[in-house]
Amino acid sequence: MLRIKPGQKQLVTLTVNGKTMSGYAEPRMLLTDFLRHELDLYGTHVGCEHGVCGACTAIIDDVATRSCLRYAVQCEGLEIQTVEGLADADGTLNTLQKAFNENGALQCGFCTAGILMSATRFLQENPKPSNEEIRDMLSGHICRCTGYEQIVRAIRQASGQ
Amino acid sequence: MKPVAFEYCRPDTVEEALDLLKEFGSDASIISGGLSLGAMLNMRLVRPKALIDINGLGELASAHAGDATVAAGTLVRQAAAMTFPALMSGVPLLAKALPYVGHYQTRSRGTLGGSVAHADPSAEIPLVLVTLAGAVKLQSPKGSRDVPAREFFQGLLTTDRRADEMITGLTWPIRRDNTGYAFDEIAQRHGDFAIAAVAAEATVDSDGAITDLSFGLGGIEDKPFVAATQQFVGKPANAATAGDIANTVAEAVDPMVDLQANADYRRQLIRVLGARTLFAAFADATEQRKAL
Repeated sequence: MLRIKPGQKQLVTLTVNGKTMSGYAEPRMLLTDFLRHELDLYGTHVGCEHGVCGACTAIIDDVATRSCLRYAVQCEGLEIQTVEGLADADGTLNTLQKAFNENGALQCGFCTAGILMSATRFLQENPKPSNEEIRDMLSGHICRCTGYEQIVRAIRQASGQ
Repeated sequence: MKPVAFEYCRPDTVEEALDLLKEFGSDASIISGGLSLGAMLNMRLVRPKALIDINGLGELASAHAGDATVAAGTLVRQAAAMTFPALMSGVPLLAKALPYVGHYQTRSRGTLGGSVAHADPSAEIPLVLVTLAGAVKLQSPKGSRDVPAREFFQGLLTTDRRADEMITGLTWPIRRDNTGYAFDEIAQRHGDFAIAAVAAEATVDSDGAITDLSFGLGGIEDKPFVAATQQFVGKPANAATAGDIANTVAEAVDPMVDLQANADYRRQLIRVLGARTLFAAFADATEQRKAL
């Protein structure tokens, strides 16, 4: 059984976007904060920190979920995908990102990283979603700029429909 | 870092988890999906000395159908439950309620047992368990016990679980013959906490009369409960009776008042949603009979 004392810093090694990375976390360190402050991956945004807004959504072992409700020590050895992993190394946007760009599916961009990660996993599970299914998935995110319409269009376009 | 400093414990067996509960008692919090507890920790509404992470207990993540019930481990994720035929065809009321539970991004991690342990009065999974008269399986170092869901929930975030016990599973009654099921709720945003949630299980005989009825309400009082409807047994299963039941129940309840809704609005939701949902359950029961 693993036991980590309060305040004790533990070496956590996980795979982020295909790369093995390590950092130190005490038990209460959120995965969101670990990604940002230990691994210097600032793409994952911290919004409400209680699972409501969706900004921090990442893909953890093939599950799109809230990284603000997960502790870094829970993620030892797991595979994490964040928004930094979507574009090519040279910065070329992937299909989904291009669709967001072309449809004006973001304005301030704060919610975008989380929505992109949700949509990435969602489209793997449901490659040809209806608008209704896209809206149902989007209900787990809050965007205060777009009114969501353009996001629905972008995800629809990315699905080749 | 939002939560208080806590010791992180990841037991490999149920026995180890129970040892930790013995050691820490009510100073420990058990975390499964963490969709509710994680938020409470981040807001410091919960300040445990130890966090017992039961996500490693794979044996609690499956469901098995028996003759009259489906036994689901506490760790069954809500999204996984939606893919288990034993639960989806065996427990239609749960199948109808799960799409209302949170969002795609929370059902993927949130568990059936975690929602029951958290005991939010507006939560769908506890409401369905209460409506169907299911049970909660608890284990302590002294042994295990099954508590009827209708006794398990005691009030706002308060249950019958003792400090040295953990929920290991839920017992879901399997669908009955000539019985229809329906679920509905109103929330500010799809997947948010229900302002009012209604669940109905209705058995209808070949003459079209109600022979058994369970009408559950969530988000109304401080815990999910089944409304008193005995006086309607024997009445015709039609829209008029559905309306009568909903109107009667709406007068009998003592609704919560919060920022989302006052008591009158909650009563009105019971009248409208209740009538609609009861009628849907009656219609479903008739369909079931035709299909036989």
